Amino acid sequence: MTTALRAPVSACPACDATPAALALAGATVADARIALSLPTIHCAACISTIERGLNAAPGVRNARVNLTLKRATIDAEHDVMPQDMVTLVESLGFEAHELDVGTLAATGTDKAGRELLMRLAVAGFASMNVMLLSVAVWSGAADATRDMFHWISALIALPTIAFAGQPFFRNAWAALRAGRLNMDVPITLAIVLALATSLWETSLSGDHAYFDAALTLVFFLLAGRYLDHRTRAIARSAAEELAALEVPRAFVLRDGAERQVPVAELRQGDMVVVRPGGRMPVDGMIEQGQSEIDRSLLTGETLPVFAGPGQNVSAGEMNLTGPLTIRATAVGQETSLHRMADLVAVAEAGRSNYTSLADRAAKLYAPGVHILAGLSFFGWLIWAGDMRVALNIAAAVLIITCPCALGLAVPAVTTAASGRLFRRGMLIKHATALERLAEVDTVVFDKTGTLTLGTPEVINLGDQATGDLAVALALASASSHPLSVSLTAAARAAGVVAADVAEITEVPGYGTRGSWNGRQVCLGRATWLGAPDSAETTAWLKLGDSAPIAFRYTDRLRPGAAEAVAELQRMGKRVCVMSGDNTGAVATLAKRLNITDWTAEALPLEKSNRIAEMTAAGARVLMVGDGLNDTAALAAAHVSISPASALDAARVASDIVLLGNDLSPIPLALATARSATRRIRENFQIATLYNVVAVPLAVIGLATPLIAALAMSTSSITVSLNALRLR
Amino acid sequence: MEILAYLIPISLILGAIGLLGFVYTVRSNQYDDPEGDSRRILSDEWDDHPKP
Repeated sequence: MTTALRAPVSACPACDATPAALALAGATVADARIALSLPTIHCAACISTIERGLNAAPGVRNARVNLTLKRATIDAEHDVMPQDMVTLVESLGFEAHELDVGTLAATGTDKAGRELLMRLAVAGFASMNVMLLSVAVWSGAADATRDMFHWISALIALPTIAFAGQPFFRNAWAALRAGRLNMDVPITLAIVLALATSLWETSLSGDHAYFDAALTLVFFLLAGRYLDHRTRAIARSAAEELAALEVPRAFVLRDGAERQVPVAELRQGDMVVVRPGGRMPVDGMIEQGQSEIDRSLLTGETLPVFAGPGQNVSAGEMNLTGPLTIRATAVGQETSLHRMADLVAVAEAGRSNYTSLADRAAKLYAPGVHILAGLSFFGWLIWAGDMRVALNIAAAVLIITCPCALGLAVPAVTTAASGRLFRRGMLIKHATALERLAEVDTVVFDKTGTLTLGTPEVINLGDQATGDLAVALALASASSHPLSVSLTAAARAAGVVAADVAEITEVPGYGTRGSWNGRQVCLGRATWLGAPDSAETTAWLKLGDSAPIAFRYTDRLRPGAAEAVAELQRMGKRVCVMSGDNTGAVATLAKRLNITDWTAEALPLEKSNRIAEMTAAGARVLMVGDGLNDTAALAAAHVSISPASALDAARVASDIVLLGNDLSPIPLALATARSATRRIRENFQIATLYNVVAVPLAVIGLATPLIAALAMSTSSITVSLNALRLR
Repeated sequence: MEILAYLIPISLILGAIGLLGFVYTVRSNQYDDPEGDSRRILSDEWDDHPKP
């Protein structure tokens, strides 16, 4: 704090006065909270270097690095710019990216997780105490001592269950109100009935009380819930970090000056400046400037499109060469990017039909348990004619059959599997994604940005004369257009030395021009140089008046794409490609990857319709895609994967996000998902086996609280250990 | 058996102290950065006096 107050030495007196005034008022009015992602930090020295550097910066009040999340949070004066902080950290030798604080806010405090942890701790404390008292009862405490122990147990158990059991009570109530049965209904019934009969027994100074069983039950079940919650919280926080990396900021021309504002503040009619390499924040019309735009994320086309004044652009398109000024025609929710969300919502309605394994088990299990408990209650009531005995036995049946192991069966396995896949760079976002992934028999890939990286690669470099290459290299190295960048890299790698080309200028939207040996030389698009149109991505080189020379490009394959496709085919899955790109490009790629089933020039709706058709024909489809044109298809598929480079909308619509660049973890994920589902089924079988052994004892009235406690703990532990065997 | 009258409350109180300690650690965000905290202890930066 002291360093932060001493530090500000600024040129403007008002800036010096403001912090003092704020300190006087005791308020922190316009404080800025800045979050940085620091992917490369790994040790104690990294932490202290960055914290020391940031805390010494003028205007910074407090900076703290979180190594687990690889993130730094900075509290600073309002005039501290995030960009300066990024530069500062980079100058310390670490990679840094700005994160959008608004998007992160949701994960900042994981309230639900904390609440569950608190309930788990209370249940753990109470069940241990009560278990200790119960051990005394089991080893032979009698009469007054036993009654006293029972009363103390009741005193601990009642408030604990009222507090810790709330998640189950709430879920059970919600299910009953909707007229359904879920796993929480038998749980709640068992807990409540066990407490009620135990209280009654205790007041009559009876032998058996099930306080310990009710508490351990709550404890084990909460442990399952907490595991489940944590797995998903980790995935969610990582997914949100991906979203937060795209800070929604735009440059707006207001009163002749360029100002940086959050995208949310943009209005219709604003003049927005988009620099080369930037994404369009709004739908609009180009007012000024010429450039080329890359629409691959929206349509799947790889060919950059020429853009000039009067042309319409949509949010999400990438500006490639020249700065553009756009008049906004639709902002925020009205942009075409957001309208796509409606399509996604429609497609998602179909998927919610999936019932998880746990729910299917509950559907079989819950009525069975209730009928069994009811039958033993009435059977004993008729046979023994004693309400108290009958109720005691019904409670014992409910407690022994209570799905304690069932509650752990799924979360323990999914936690282990998600953890394994997370280390391989896959985020499992959806709870039932693994189960659905295991059923997949058809894999549909998008082309641009999924099977390919969306970066071009020259294919006919070897056919060119050395002299031409030298000129092309000279022209290309002056431009930051993706085709030029790729040509430069390829030519340099081939050992070409740039020719001495003078007066190189870039003509935004067309190409680069220069003069060489007294002739004008140009490198650029076909229409500019009078070259024939071609289906492939092509750049043309024109030397003086001679015929233009073609540099043909193909989209570079994503690393691991070929291996992933081959492995999936080896596993017997049907692999298809569905792309919005032109037929030639898709056919070439399909041939390269040995895929016979492909569709080109597919519109977004066609993609999702084809997936719906496949599903109707009985296929379980895994969709892998990254663009806006894939979002509806991603949501319509049985399960979906998108790479981290995908558009935010596509990542939201998919169940699994691939963190790295590599596609090869996909077959691995399928294998892991299958073995995880097998383990889940095994766990259900183990839990059932324990029930088959213990239930007859309970029904004939031989079950004591000791047997109930033993059956419950051993089955829970076996199930957890079985989950850890997952490979 | 009078000893129970002392021992049971004592054990309950000891357990409750542990529980309260745990609740305190959760409330004061001590589980937010387990990896970072395990490394921070190796740094000698605040050895002489605590971080202000």
